[in-house]
Amino acid sequence: MQPSLFSTQQWTVTRLTHYIRDLLETDVTLQDVWVSGEISNLSRPASGHIYFTLKDSSASLRCIMWKTGAARLRLTLKDGMAVEVHGKIGVYDAGGQYQLYADQIRPTGEGVLYQEFMRLKAMLEAEGLFDPERKRAIPERSRLIGIITSSTGAALRDMLSAIRRRNPLVRVLLAPAPVQGDEAPPKIVAALESLNRRKPDVILLARGGGSIEDLWAFNDERVVRAVANSSAPVISGVGHETDFTLCDFAADLRAPTPTAAAELATQITIDDLRAELDDYQTRLFSSTLNLVAVQRTFLSAVSARLRFVSPERRIQSDIQHLDDLSRRTSTSIVYRLQLQVKHIEGTQQRLDALNPLAVLRRGYAVVTRKDDGRVVSHVSQAADEMRVRVSDGEFEVRKKT
Amino acid sequence: MAKSSSPKPVEDLTYEQALAELEAIVSALEGEQDQLEESIKLFERGQALVERCGELLEAAQLKVRQVAGDSIIPFDEESS
Repeated sequence: MQPSLFSTQQWTVTRLTHYIRDLLETDVTLQDVWVSGEISNLSRPASGHIYFTLKDSSASLRCIMWKTGAARLRLTLKDGMAVEVHGKIGVYDAGGQYQLYADQIRPTGEGVLYQEFMRLKAMLEAEGLFDPERKRAIPERSRLIGIITSSTGAALRDMLSAIRRRNPLVRVLLAPAPVQGDEAPPKIVAALESLNRRKPDVILLARGGGSIEDLWAFNDERVVRAVANSSAPVISGVGHETDFTLCDFAADLRAPTPTAAAELATQITIDDLRAELDDYQTRLFSSTLNLVAVQRTFLSAVSARLRFVSPERRIQSDIQHLDDLSRRTSTSIVYRLQLQVKHIEGTQQRLDALNPLAVLRRGYAVVTRKDDGRVVSHVSQAADEMRVRVSDGEFEVRKKT
Repeated sequence: MAKSSSPKPVEDLTYEQALAELEAIVSALEGEQDQLEESIKLFERGQALVERCGELLEAAQLKVRQVAGDSIIPFDEESS
């Protein structure tokens, strides 16, 4: 066909390029694509962006990765490296080229691992291994913490220092196991079994960060099943915040890092224990002082009754009963009350020997109600007017309303 | 309830044991109690338990051991 000299539409290069760009950039497939190939012409200028060409046996594709994406890259790119690149296709107007704007690059083969991960995850999920109802609570107050990790890794040091810092009263039992490589899964399973025989309160299964291959032992079906079947609750702390392994799903609790796992296993810290002990000590003193006050009140009541039933008074009022009264003295309430008062006085002295004042000198104060003299050890017992006893005297206070 | 008949010397108690006994004593003292003499005994025992727990907290040092086959051996952090 003969081209018309007077076409109805005249295109500029820019307009045509924009038209092509729109075609490519509105195509859903091209905007979210994984491409595998070999890296060549790799260049990394001072701008920080990465430029390379992705090739296979019969085609090539220009690729660019912006500085922000390049900074997040976990592998070092080299010419000749087989990779899978994710990104979107766009057009570079000035060069008249379409190219792949890459946002993720992974070694070839990781995609296969990912497929395997998803397959295993779906299978174990269907079996109910990851059900929330299976998750057990982590004890707040663990006494024996089991740890499974490499005995030489930073993860172990991090966990031990976190536990030491938070609660050194805890005992740690380590079952060392390699955390990567072919021998890792059976060794981790064996470590779980041998720790469970020692009945720890909780088990930490951890390793530091690494590539998906490095962490692969924690996606091994044998390991995942052993974690799900552990008698002691398991906290997983594998890799970094962003890494998820199947062990994380099977564990009773997932921690983002080994250190976080150690922290979750020591929810009650030594500071909490100190505060708890202080509280018990305060209650020990206040309850005992309260008992003393009650006994004191009882004592004065008994003294009053004693005066009321005094023999003198009886003799004065009815001298005729004198003989009878004398005979009954040994068994009378008078006699028994006297005995009891003596007893109370004796224990009172012992109590004084304990000297609650010594406590007061340490800065404690005893608050009593002005009306009945009872010790105030609970807010509910506070009265409008109260006395505060400190080491060298006492003063009155009025409750603020 | 912690009976004062023949209590273990506090030095022989672990932190957990001492704390459990202290807890029982405080509950008893806070409950209905009119035997003053018994209360004083409990108070004295409670004081000793508080001291024992305090000592253990101050002296606490993380104990790390490791499983080796069927036995448990000390774990040397320095050499790891």
